[in-house]
Amino acid sequence: MEEVDVEPTTTPIPGFDSNQKHLGFVWGPGDILVYETIYKASGGSAGGCPFVHEVRKDEDIYSPILRKLFNESHHIFVGLQRIREDLPSKNKKPQFVSISKNYRSVIRACMEELQQVAVSTQDAALATQYGNQVEYLSNFNIFCTLFVVCDPLAGSLVLHLLDWVRLHKADVDEKAREVLASESPAEHQAYWDVVISYVLQGRMDEARQVLVKQAALQPAARVMFKLLDNLLMKMPIFNPGETQTLTEFDVKWRHWREEVDHCLQDQSFASNRHLEDICKILVGDEDVLLEYKELLSTWYHFLVTRLLFSHPTVKPTELHYYAQSSMHMFLDTRSVPEPLDSILLAAFEFDIHQVIKDCSIALNNWWFVGHLTDLLDHCKLLQSHNLHFGSNLREFLLLEYASGLFTHHSLWQLAVDYFDHCPEFGRVYLELQIERVPLDTERKALKVIRICEQRQMTEQVRSICKIMAKKALRNNRLGSALSWSIRAKDAAFATLISERFLQDYCAKGTFSDLDLIDNLGPAMLLSDRLTFLGKYREFHRLYGEKRFSDAAKLLLSLMTAKIAPHSFWMTLLTDALPLLEQKEVIFSADQTHELMFCLEELTSGKSVPTPDRPMQDEDIETTKIELLRLALARNLAMAIVKEGTVEV
Amino acid sequence: MMEGINAKYVSQKISKTRWRPVSSSSLQQPDIFATGSWDNEDNKISIWSIGENGISGVDDEFEGDPQLVCEHKHNGDVLDLQFLDQDRIVTASSTGAVIIFRHHHNSQTLSVSQLWERAHHYPCDNAPCTGIVCNSPEIVTVGEDGRIILFRADQEGVLRTIENADSSTIHDVTFLRTTEILTVNSIGQLKIWDFRQQGNEPSQILSLTGDRVPLHCVDRHPNQQHIVATGGQDGMLCIWDVRQGNMPFSLMEAHSAEMWEVHFHPSNPDHLFSCSEDGSLLHWETSSNSDTPSFLQGGRNTSIVSRSAIAPAGGNQSLISSWLTGDSCKGRLETTHMLPSQTLSVNSLDVLGQCLVCGTDGEAIYVNRRVPI
Repeated sequence: MEEVDVEPTTTPIPGFDSNQKHLGFVWGPGDILVYETIYKASGGSAGGCPFVHEVRKDEDIYSPILRKLFNESHHIFVGLQRIREDLPSKNKKPQFVSISKNYRSVIRACMEELQQVAVSTQDAALATQYGNQVEYLSNFNIFCTLFVVCDPLAGSLVLHLLDWVRLHKADVDEKAREVLASESPAEHQAYWDVVISYVLQGRMDEARQVLVKQAALQPAARVMFKLLDNLLMKMPIFNPGETQTLTEFDVKWRHWREEVDHCLQDQSFASNRHLEDICKILVGDEDVLLEYKELLSTWYHFLVTRLLFSHPTVKPTELHYYAQSSMHMFLDTRSVPEPLDSILLAAFEFDIHQVIKDCSIALNNWWFVGHLTDLLDHCKLLQSHNLHFGSNLREFLLLEYASGLFTHHSLWQLAVDYFDHCPEFGRVYLELQIERVPLDTERKALKVIRICEQRQMTEQVRSICKIMAKKALRNNRLGSALSWSIRAKDAAFATLISERFLQDYCAKGTFSDLDLIDNLGPAMLLSDRLTFLGKYREFHRLYGEKRFSDAAKLLLSLMTAKIAPHSFWMTLLTDALPLLEQKEVIFSADQTHELMFCLEELTSGKSVPTPDRPMQDEDIETTKIELLRLALARNLAMAIVKEGTVEV
Repeated sequence: MMEGINAKYVSQKISKTRWRPVSSSSLQQPDIFATGSWDNEDNKISIWSIGENGISGVDDEFEGDPQLVCEHKHNGDVLDLQFLDQDRIVTASSTGAVIIFRHHHNSQTLSVSQLWERAHHYPCDNAPCTGIVCNSPEIVTVGEDGRIILFRADQEGVLRTIENADSSTIHDVTFLRTTEILTVNSIGQLKIWDFRQQGNEPSQILSLTGDRVPLHCVDRHPNQQHIVATGGQDGMLCIWDVRQGNMPFSLMEAHSAEMWEVHFHPSNPDHLFSCSEDGSLLHWETSSNSDTPSFLQGGRNTSIVSRSAIAPAGGNQSLISSWLTGDSCKGRLETTHMLPSQTLSVNSLDVLGQCLVCGTDGEAIYVNRRVPI
């Protein structure tokens, strides 16, 4: 394993003294659970802190501003995946560029918001945190640009780099506003800082606007100011959209530079140190640039400014050479390079793998590397080498990112789409994770089930429906429980529910929840017991409507077709009693025979009285059976007579 | 349809959005809406403003984003949200509570005005309250515990409870008349309850024969009290005439997943809107292009003629709603998608005047100010 470049950070656990006790821990999907053990550092044991602490590494997913980023980038990610594979690559490139532009604009919006909050917050630590986030986000933009967008021959590299730097140093506008709003802008102490910052960033128009204030104050030096203004105005900027070729631009630029140089040689600005500095900057004088280190603040700003004024047509392949030298010139030999510096250097060398690796170590969560790698993979810029554990780099990073999202109480829904687009392991990860989403309301359960159903994860659907059905059953919501069993096509559970109904009936003598049983519809067929329940209820209804012959036929079919469970036969036969006792004959001879047969089947199994059954029960049973036998016999007699009678 | 619709990302999954009602006499478009969140550790209800609408112009360049006016913490997911009047909002919580919030206009804050803590409950667990309908000052709520509860704003206690009204979860409720409500449940039944009757039994039960698909939303036609639209788990839109028996008048395939909300347009009921788990929001427009003019409102003065209707010679107007024409050759139904691309589930929508607002699980709110009505 490679050495880590930075010291790992230590997080103190409140209320815990590491000198006293040993700490125990267990890994979770995105966090660690930490607890105090009973083991002291030096032998023996003692009572301790009863708390379990949860330590989270990734705070970013809980930031409300970054949440917007996660949602919007999810949208873009899904759009990217849908770009059709079979398009020829020259059609795809503009689409990738536009996707990269979407990412960049989303990030830009997020960065602006972060900057606003960073400026307005009182908490210094929070402000630094936001500042760091801004920095890392802006790097996404430049990496996208460098790797995806930049056409090596087009010559617009410097423009993109300028763009990036301007975003980084957005405080210039703030300062400028302050200066211009003051009573006498030209005498404000930050005045020249603002002007020079604008020049360093290549924003000539703004610089000229601010310079005008000074020019107004010194009418005597009007000529000098006019000259500088002219130079600033005439500076050629390469516009890739125009028909101007790179060589034409180069010629123009050299011509302009000569003019500036000429002015310098002529000592035209000798009387005003600031104007002379500006002129020297325009010529690309590195010593002067280094004098303004504070305004530049970072070596990459220095790099970009240097390129702007010395090599505006630099090609991407030459970039790293200038980057190295800029860094050396800018930084003291004593200062330690930060992780970000090495990441940027790797980026300027177009060493994509190094960039990804360094970012993975430096950053808190996988959003950055996940999306960047995915985009680069689509552009076919990553050589895919398979990692030891079966998937490639892109998939690995996306899986990590999505797993992190799943630990969030809300963002888990986004993670589902990421898993979908990981062909090797995405499905397995999703299956494991989706079952662990806590289900507080039916609505949430419905959404989770819909996700599973759309991906044919029948096992998960069944298990979730079973959980919901059990919960419903525990709260005596039989209708809900039934509706969950129907969704899962869970016959076993439906049987359970029907048993509950039947038990209720036996205990109370009436059905509860008639609205459910009466309106079962085709769901009845889900389980035998359920069918029986439905039909039995129908029997009661027919009896209530006095449609006795239909009721009788139904009752008999329940027993003969073996829909009714044996345990219920006694009840059914008892239900048949009033029908048998009617004045008119309802059961035909054949039907009576069948009833008798059923009774015999029932009683033959009950021949041996067990010693622990109370005598009372025995008596009731035997009385019932005898009554039935009597009624059946009488009915049989009447039926035979009725059927044998010939109408004359 | 697609111009004029912008997404605003709000860092919370939106479960409900509702326009604040505008007085019917003013011709103003609505400018304030409320949203409720769900599935957050800290849920909130928020009030948003879409700015001045008085600046009319052919090209409204300044289509401002919704701006947050105020918000308040909410205990539990917001499962339903209704405006009781201009100042008060009632919410249904997943903890089983029913809460009334008051919006103070001068300080632009929200505060809890009334709280019924465990209005819906199980003996030992919490039962989420799933639906609310208001007819100020009366409020009717329904929940997963199968209860229907009638409240009166400003009164502490419960006015009436129908215990065990349903053995399954009641998902939504709407008023048919001032004393009658209609509920839909998760075994696919529509039940009509009459508050004038004392018992705990519904006065009528309607359901589809065939598969008992759970129904999630219901809305009544603004002018015809007997026409309701329902949507359920299979994404089918059904139009029912509750006077006539057990069959829905029409069944239309709408969405490929659960339909979460369905709304008739309150002033142009020829237009219907539905949103679904599959991420789409559909705008249904019905019109009939025969001698039967597009529809009723009863009374000649207030009739509105559909664009494609041809005025009949005698001017006789049929009182049959275009939704009930049933026979497809007489009527024409157009559907349009209102969102630019597939999003995560659209959980809620509301439409008033020419403005439509909807909220999604992608933590975004979409506002369209130029709905073609």
